[in-house]
Amino acid sequence: MPIPLPNPLAEAREALQQRVLRAVADRSPLRLVGGGTQAGLVRASAGEPLALSVLNGLIAYEPSELVITAGAGTPLSVLSATLADQGQMLPFEPALAGGQATLGGAVAAQRGGPRRWLAGSVRDFLLGVRLIDGLGQEVGFGGQVIKNVAGFDITRLQAGAWGSLGLITEVSVKVLPRPQAECTLQFAMAQAEALQQVNAWAGQPLPLSAVSWDQGILRLRLSGVPAALASACATLGGQALENDAAEAHWTSLRERTHPFFEQGGTLWRLAVKPTSPVLDLPGAVLWEWGGGQRWLRTEAPAELVRRSAERAGGHAMLWRGGESGVPVFHPPAAALAALQRRIKHALDPHGIFNPGTPDFL
Amino acid sequence: MGHIESLPSSATRKPDDAALVAALRNVLPHAAVLTETEARRPYESDGLSAYRQQPQVVVLPANEAEVQAVLQVCHRLGVAVVARGHGTGLSGGAMPNERGVLMSLARLNRILEIDAHARTARVQPGVRNLAISEAVAPQGLYYAPDPSSQIACSIGGNVAENSGGVHCLKYGLTVHNLVKVRALLIDGTVIEVGADAPDAAGFDLLALLTGSEGLLAVVTEVTVRLLPRPRTVQALLASFDDVERAGQAVANIIAAGIIPAGLEMMDGPATRAAEAFVHANYPVDAEALLICESDGTAEEVADETARMRAVLEAAGATEVRFSRDEAERLKFWAGRKAAFPAVGRLAPDYYCIDGTIPRRTLGSVLNWMYARAEALGVQVVNVFHAGDGNLHPLLLFDAAKAGDFARTEVLANEILAKCVEVGGTITGEHGVGVEKIDAMCVQFNAAELGIFLGVKAAFDPDGLMNPGKAVPVLHRCAELGRMHVHHGALPHPDLPRF
Repeated sequence: MPIPLPNPLAEAREALQQRVLRAVADRSPLRLVGGGTQAGLVRASAGEPLALSVLNGLIAYEPSELVITAGAGTPLSVLSATLADQGQMLPFEPALAGGQATLGGAVAAQRGGPRRWLAGSVRDFLLGVRLIDGLGQEVGFGGQVIKNVAGFDITRLQAGAWGSLGLITEVSVKVLPRPQAECTLQFAMAQAEALQQVNAWAGQPLPLSAVSWDQGILRLRLSGVPAALASACATLGGQALENDAAEAHWTSLRERTHPFFEQGGTLWRLAVKPTSPVLDLPGAVLWEWGGGQRWLRTEAPAELVRRSAERAGGHAMLWRGGESGVPVFHPPAAALAALQRRIKHALDPHGIFNPGTPDFL
Repeated sequence: MGHIESLPSSATRKPDDAALVAALRNVLPHAAVLTETEARRPYESDGLSAYRQQPQVVVLPANEAEVQAVLQVCHRLGVAVVARGHGTGLSGGAMPNERGVLMSLARLNRILEIDAHARTARVQPGVRNLAISEAVAPQGLYYAPDPSSQIACSIGGNVAENSGGVHCLKYGLTVHNLVKVRALLIDGTVIEVGADAPDAAGFDLLALLTGSEGLLAVVTEVTVRLLPRPRTVQALLASFDDVERAGQAVANIIAAGIIPAGLEMMDGPATRAAEAFVHANYPVDAEALLICESDGTAEEVADETARMRAVLEAAGATEVRFSRDEAERLKFWAGRKAAFPAVGRLAPDYYCIDGTIPRRTLGSVLNWMYARAEALGVQVVNVFHAGDGNLHPLLLFDAAKAGDFARTEVLANEILAKCVEVGGTITGEHGVGVEKIDAMCVQFNAAELGIFLGVKAAFDPDGLMNPGKAVPVLHRCAELGRMHVHHGALPHPDLPRF
């Protein structure tokens, strides 16, 4: 409809649908494989691997609509380059993983980088999906328009569902114009003060777009029109970072190639209420998103980490390492776990997709 | 707002079910259970008054425990329950069920907590949308979604409908501005979805509940995200002598990398009606008027308005005016905000349609609509959220004239089908409710509707919550001849059809 191109993925979709129908008939589960960049997190997933890289291609893009539609197997690096040519971007700033990360993967794993802090997550920008459901049916939800309240929001339900609620074939996301300019300020600041200060700033109308804190340094990125940045920088103080150094810093967070992540040991991702005080846990911390996403390298027991995250209004995901038998995903409350199993059953009654992921199902 | 009085009223009310009333009186104070006809009358419709129904009984719980007790009674006795906020909805989503309980959440109206540092507010569902922004104004914060009914509508209703407003393009819908929701399932189970954290463990049930039109759970607490109030706001008023050019200007603004805080369009008849009503000093010879709003820091606004003016002029605007001060900005908006009542003076009745289309089709769809309206002998006036492509055609008619509403309905259905045809949707922000239940069969096939029904069953297996709304039963679509049945088989044949 939006662009009168033949859908380049029709054949690939048809083949995948046939494969799913066979799996349904045989009751044999499938493990959906995108770019494989999250493989470490879905280690429990059983089933025969099914590569989705065939779903690679742009389907529709009209810059004035602020919407791009592409196959789920399309590399995010390709999409980002296409958007950049038109002065636009994926607002949630996902990791590109050297061209490996895919659009469907970013949706399934709810991936977002530094800009996710105030701009919003994948789910916030998701407008529509096409799926092959657990009965092998081709279905579509949402669409390519920003306002759409017809039917339950099956589209956003896919964000963070790790492929357990359907095989995503096509995705439409809202995109935004790239900011005219960016600058990064850094401040020497202890963690507690940094948490306090950054949330105070976020309550003011300042053009903030990213923040990070580690090893006593708070870094703040501002994005917008040059005059507004100059005025905000004058208000905020701090030390301006050279453009190349700033770019390298935010890229290293987006791609998780920052030295913090390169060191060994057990790595946790804690999502907590941003204003939560410094967590009483041993280990090294790097935080983003105003304190809402806290990375923790620790050998503390899993239970301790999880209770601490819960007390801070959130949850903890075991990102890397850890003792065997520790669930990767944070177990939801009992009533929610039961409800989620019923939802899984509604979309995938025979448990075809990614059995064991998420591991609380 | 939609005044349609010519639809047949539904079946007469069934006699009181003594057991139901007794069970409810057992868990609620006497005054919180209304059974008298006169007492129930105010609850018989929401803002779409064409659809009316007296409920069996109305209950007015005052806290979550009472809401829970009511749900447990309904669950035990197998009685339908319809939750209602302040009744401003425009799709009949809160229309009562004749055999069921109508539960008003208006008494759960307290702001529970304002956390200015975290920029959140935790409120009960009956709190009015605007009351949140008023309460946090001293901290320099506000709640962004602003449906036109914001002085009256409840935040619980906003969650149920995923309400929009005039600033959605930049600030999102309700779903983008929620942190966390506490809700009850039909059996009284308490769930908390979303989190104070940037994301929650497990599936995104917050997104699923938002816009679920009261079919999945009853909301008892809402934590909303607050934003810092922009320091500077300015509006531009641009006139065009042709709607197609105005539509193109909208697309050009976005293509130029500008996300205006608001981008509204009024066509010639709407402009003239508004001007006659509120004297906003609108150019009455214009065939289309755009109101473009910019907000942010002074530097951001200066930059953005200059760029918008350039795009508007290049697109052929005959005049572009800048608001010189806050009073003039409000005057620009006064006509837009009074447009519906102003149009209401043109005819005894009007029917407000809600659909979304891709922005680039604005001009062609409007011209198509004018042609169809003329062919059918219906007068149509357009005033809408152009930046989102969210149309609100107002179809004028006289309910007292035989056949007038029937013609209006024909055009309404054609407009919704057109929205789907050009890649849009049958409802941008008003919801499906009872009004658009048949149009759902146009937008979704049997497999998709089957998934909706499966999700419904996961929350409410007996189909007691707001039955007959939002998601059509499969045989209803089949009877309308609008359902696409794949390989001759209905999906989920084991599901209850409610």
